[in-house]
Amino acid sequence: MKGPVQTLLALLSAAGRAYGLRIRRRRHLWRSFRSRHALRGEIDRSGTIQSGDILCFMTVRNEVLRLPHFLSHHRKLGVDHFLIVDNDSDDGTADYLAAQPDVSLWHTKASYKLSRFGIDWVTWLQMRYGHGHWCLTLDADELLIYPYWETRNLPALTSWLNDQGLAALGTMMLDLYPDGALSQAQIAPGDDPLSVLRWFDPGNYVVQVQERMGNLWIQGGPRARLFFTDEPRRAPTLNKIPLVRWDRRFAYVNSTHSMLPPRMNAVYATDGGEQISGLLLHTKFLPEIISKSAEEKARRQHFANSALYDGYYDTVIADPVLRCPTSERLTGWRRLESLGLMSRGGWI
Amino acid sequence: MTVGFVMLCHTALDRAAQVARHWAVRDCPVVIHVDRRVGAKPYGQLVADLADLPNVRFSGRHACEWGTWGIVAASQEAATVMLRDFPQVRHVYLASGSCLPLRPVEELRAYLDERPKTDFIESVTTEDVGWTIGGLDFERFTLRFPFSWRKQKWWFDTYVKLQRMVGFRRKIPAELVPHLGSQWWCLTRQTLSAILEHPERGKIDRYFQKVWIPDESYFQTLVRQVSSTVESRSLTLSKFDFQGKPHIFYDDHLQLLRRSDCFVARKIWPDAVKLYAAFLSDDRSRQAAAEPNPGKIDRLFAKAVERRTKGRPGLYMQSRFPNENFENGRTAGPYSVFCGFADVFENFEIWLSKASGTRVHGHLFAPDRVHFAGGETVYNGALCDSAKVRDYNPKSFLTSLIWNTRGERQCFQFGPADTQELNWFLTLDGNAQISVISGGWAVPLFHSNQNFGDIRREAARLQKIEQEFLNVLRSPYTKARVRVWSLADFIENPMEPLQTIIDEIGPRQGRRLSEAPRMADLTGFGQFLQNLRNQGMQPVLMGDFPVGDDPTPKSTRRGRPYLVK
Repeated sequence: MKGPVQTLLALLSAAGRAYGLRIRRRRHLWRSFRSRHALRGEIDRSGTIQSGDILCFMTVRNEVLRLPHFLSHHRKLGVDHFLIVDNDSDDGTADYLAAQPDVSLWHTKASYKLSRFGIDWVTWLQMRYGHGHWCLTLDADELLIYPYWETRNLPALTSWLNDQGLAALGTMMLDLYPDGALSQAQIAPGDDPLSVLRWFDPGNYVVQVQERMGNLWIQGGPRARLFFTDEPRRAPTLNKIPLVRWDRRFAYVNSTHSMLPPRMNAVYATDGGEQISGLLLHTKFLPEIISKSAEEKARRQHFANSALYDGYYDTVIADPVLRCPTSERLTGWRRLESLGLMSRGGWI
Repeated sequence: MTVGFVMLCHTALDRAAQVARHWAVRDCPVVIHVDRRVGAKPYGQLVADLADLPNVRFSGRHACEWGTWGIVAASQEAATVMLRDFPQVRHVYLASGSCLPLRPVEELRAYLDERPKTDFIESVTTEDVGWTIGGLDFERFTLRFPFSWRKQKWWFDTYVKLQRMVGFRRKIPAELVPHLGSQWWCLTRQTLSAILEHPERGKIDRYFQKVWIPDESYFQTLVRQVSSTVESRSLTLSKFDFQGKPHIFYDDHLQLLRRSDCFVARKIWPDAVKLYAAFLSDDRSRQAAAEPNPGKIDRLFAKAVERRTKGRPGLYMQSRFPNENFENGRTAGPYSVFCGFADVFENFEIWLSKASGTRVHGHLFAPDRVHFAGGETVYNGALCDSAKVRDYNPKSFLTSLIWNTRGERQCFQFGPADTQELNWFLTLDGNAQISVISGGWAVPLFHSNQNFGDIRREAARLQKIEQEFLNVLRSPYTKARVRVWSLADFIENPMEPLQTIIDEIGPRQGRRLSEAPRMADLTGFGQFLQNLRNQGMQPVLMGDFPVGDDPTPKSTRRGRPYLVK
């Protein structure tokens, strides 16, 4: 039995922690607000945004290979407008995006790492344009899918989420990889990356809860299996909360892995039931990752403690084969759902 | 004689117009009620859209907030217009703006013509319904509900509690017997007019204005007073999820809706282009005039509720991470853990695999690496054999393994030299079958070629660890099926315990063990234990091995077949 003193102390500590997170959220918002100076508007079509539109936010750098398919995939899902920050691309990404009728584009030369990996910029745009909208925050190498995505568009999903009283959709990144060595999976710009990245790890994911903000922490997949066996803790985080009914007081904390206020991280059921969830098909492992890894290794912009990831970059540069005998071939969402990689929750 | 439709609309008015037109041009009068909260512009648009149809009327508008009187008031007023303006109408069908006819109007008309006196309305007493949400069944009728359940939840709950506390009860007027049911009905002119012209209608209406969710009880209750033939079911297919919210139908439900044989379904997603195109077209292949049968698709909905509330046992992922003891099963299926068996028997894993027809792993939790069956380096689900990855989160490792191999029972070896982090998890898992030969770990030590001092230290260490494991297994909270034998007891009669374990695993029921596994040589083991004792270590877990009186494992020494029967 807890005495009244312990109860009081527990309450105080919970209040203290909640206050700490509130301060942290405001700090993130303030940083994002400041970071607006780093952004230069290129093309602003945000005037066409209507109430109820679904918006997609992202930061890109040299993604001209993936963008055409990325945009068409999410357009088909029902994204109405894309708000994109171009972090100083030099491969024609900016020109390509500027020509798209549903894209608003900002440019920056500022440091990716110092802007919390682009999150500051995106948070500013969300503060400004996202309030009250369902907002999708993605990277260019992520394709959102969810149960029934082929027959039901995002408005159907978000309207159902609204009815259920849910304000966010939890997802996991599913790393996709090719048949053989990474360099073999060549595609042309605009091609569907899923035509060469056809394999994934079906069941080696490690799940735990991070107490501080109540978010999940999922690791695993081919990168954990091959590149981080000595230090599993460092394996990439795979859980993301990309789809949120946005409020200008919200802030992502660490990429889109977790956000504040902490209640927004409760995208999973804890009573034994299943909540609805989706997947981000991760098309990272196209051949260009080899040259990009060499560049990133030198730029040191992708991890808080970049030196620790040199080994990881070296392995990727060596053009490995990620497929193993128990890899599974990507088919439809129903298979992914029956494998337990996502769930339809109560949606039928 | 025909059927008239009363439509209650509040969103997606273009779809409502489409459906109204579908009915109206097929000679079914339509009266439309539009929620007062809908703006003047969309309302005007709807009126204009349907202006060319002579048999469409609009009725006076009420605010229809969920669970409030407005919906009943709207239905009453629209039904009155229907009965007044369209004398050829015999049945009035209450539908919503998000309803979709699944079968041609002619079939519905024919169906109703065969049953000219029947009222189709789900109407059951409060004792008989299992679906009331919020725990309020009969109290709906005896308490007052002035607060909105959705917007003023706290006031709603508090006021209910207060009324319960002071023992407040409303009197039910006019000798009504409260009934509940789906709000979507189809009533005859006779019944409906009797309800609308009820001599005590003023009193009854006042009473129902303070009943909770009157749209599910007003007509359902009154119909029992005035109708002679109530068919207690709704002609509208309408399904609810576990929170009591209506399921929405999308394009991919086309086949499902066809199979239901119902006349009308709700709610339809406004963008379900295929559904609207398929069911509103004229050239539908006409099926046999089957009886509406929503039961055919009930299983699917029941499964959805179960998925949402119970989940898939043993699954941990981004939208299911149960708190401890809320897992509905910590793992996905039964599995077996063997402690000491591989030490006592030679090639135990091969023998067990043959005898039980299961996958038998070595020490999954060994300190060097994961010993998967067959020496695999990557196992089902792309689990890798790295000890570090496994020890980073042993619970995820085990639950993933059992999940990945659903349908194929897994067995593995375990011992005090392995990672002990999962002891409680295994013990509390009802799927685990744990069989322990305590002290079995001493056999390899006995055969090892180490200095006796090292052996003694190792024995003391392992004994301590195993003792702790056994203490956990003996806890009062144990859910696993645990069997523990001391080494001495076990080798006295090894076949009986083995038979029991195999029978329990038992995919090949009734099979008798014909061959025993080969037991390790224990000559001199008693002396070995005595030596440990002499060196100051007290071996207790093995049981009683007298010095000199070496156990002679009778039948198994030379691998001779051991036939029980």
